[in-house]
Amino acid sequence: MTQLLKAEGVSKSFGGLKAVSDFDFYIDNGSLVGLIGPNGAGKTTAFNLITGVYQPTKGNIEFDSNSIVGLKPYQITQRGIARTFQNIRLFSELSVLDNVKIAYHSHVKYGLVEAVLRLGRYFGEEKRVEERSMELLRIFKLDDKAQEIAKNLPYGAQRRLEIARALAAQPKLLLLDEPAAGMNPQETQELMEMIRWIRKEFGLTILLIEHDMSLVMGICERIYVLEYGIIIANGTPGEIKKNPEVIRAYLGGEA
Amino acid sequence: MNSLRKTDLIMLVFGVALFIVLQGLITGRILNSFWQLNLIILCINIILSVSLNLINGYTGQFSLGHAGFMAIGAYVSVVLTTNFHWPFLIALLAGGAGAGFLGFLIGLPTLRLYGDYLAIATLGLGEIIRITIMNIEYVGGAAGFMNIPHNTTFTWAFFLMLATLFIIKNFVNSTHGRACIAIRENEIAAEAMGINTTKYKVMAFTIGAGFAGVAGGLFAHCFYIINPTSFTFMQSFNYLIMVVLGGLGSITGSIAGAFAVTFVSAGLASWPEFRMIIYALMLILLMFYRPQGLFGYIEITDFKIFSRFRGGRKS
Repeated sequence: MTQLLKAEGVSKSFGGLKAVSDFDFYIDNGSLVGLIGPNGAGKTTAFNLITGVYQPTKGNIEFDSNSIVGLKPYQITQRGIARTFQNIRLFSELSVLDNVKIAYHSHVKYGLVEAVLRLGRYFGEEKRVEERSMELLRIFKLDDKAQEIAKNLPYGAQRRLEIARALAAQPKLLLLDEPAAGMNPQETQELMEMIRWIRKEFGLTILLIEHDMSLVMGICERIYVLEYGIIIANGTPGEIKKNPEVIRAYLGGEA
Repeated sequence: MNSLRKTDLIMLVFGVALFIVLQGLITGRILNSFWQLNLIILCINIILSVSLNLINGYTGQFSLGHAGFMAIGAYVSVVLTTNFHWPFLIALLAGGAGAGFLGFLIGLPTLRLYGDYLAIATLGLGEIIRITIMNIEYVGGAAGFMNIPHNTTFTWAFFLMLATLFIIKNFVNSTHGRACIAIRENEIAAEAMGINTTKYKVMAFTIGAGFAGVAGGLFAHCFYIINPTSFTFMQSFNYLIMVVLGGLGSITGSIAGAFAVTFVSAGLASWPEFRMIIYALMLILLMFYRPQGLFGYIEITDFKIFSRFRGGRKS
């Protein structure tokens, strides 16, 4: 299996604090990988390094066999990595449909002049974007709320909309930062099904951060465990459950 | 035919009809020269408020330097028409291009700033432009530039206003405009969705400054003389009032705002000291009863009467 994402010796320091150190990490094409760890372990920092929000102090990150270190977040998205946020960041005053349409930005094929004079590909492309956005909304059961303002959606629906919006950017790798945060067990169960389904349907590779162990253990094929910025374990859910280092990190003491 | 194009066509027919009526009133001498001038000023103010709305309302970058860009357009175009005898339209477009280019140069460094800091920086830049002009002897310095041909007619002002509305409306309703709106809503998320935020902020700023330049050219050719005191930061505030009054993020709102401010100002021409009191009252009442502006994010074409022409689209 080819490796879609590979990080080698990546470190990130904020002043004297080493948020992530010597991070070695790979994700196979088509796999579903989890990243877990106690609060403050550096999981979101790892996400921000992959998506270009932070630049690594040291080390290299390769995506699709090309280094992505030094690229801006929008360039990384254009190469095929899309993400959701731990604290939801929707375009909250816009309609649900517009939220998704915006994410098609890098795939719209008309220029500024065509847009301003409404010539050439403008109408065809706009129609295509609207149709495909509605399709995505249907998949996430949001199509009946397409004209609603995003901030008025219930919490679970906002989480789903964030995933729909990330998919509209047509990524190869999808990063989900705590997708089940704030969901009840029933919603979490539905989300699990949804993640499995979109992965198959869109041929995606997925990396997710999650605190809900039932979700992580239920769907991930491989799990990385992070503690104090260092990867302490890596393996299948079965192996991780039995790993003494992981048990120590979560429960404390001499296990 | 496409339903969106139909809406455009209806608006165009409506615009031309309005023009014929107003032009009729002018040629029939029913409107005296004072109201004629105010109609021209209204068109210019609409260009300014709509272009400022692109920067402040749609892209969410708080700029207070609009009068500065207007000054660039005014001075470039009057030099070209008066000293070099260029055709009026070409001179106006050159003024717009000059202001747009300056907007681009200024936008690159200043748009790294956020919120209040950007407002202060653009306020300062507007003043720098004005004071620089005041010290250039070639354009008359503080005394002003004289003997400008009286080229701006109601026809010029009206049709350039229509062109501005058409271009800016189409811009904001395209993927480029959506990119700008995304920046206003959440810059981090916009960047994560593949939008080059720097590029679009600078683009909105450049386009906005360019149209301010065209408006400045129109304004300068209304009178025989212009001087730098016409382009102080109080003018920038005036345009900001129009935008905020009408609604940040609504073109219809900017037109309404320009309309209200222009006619309140014209109606109080004999009592200039009341103007600022009335503006202040208008804004206070607005903040109490309708903080999103008269129109909020809504456009006139969103109203039911238009959906009848629009085919199957729900709204």
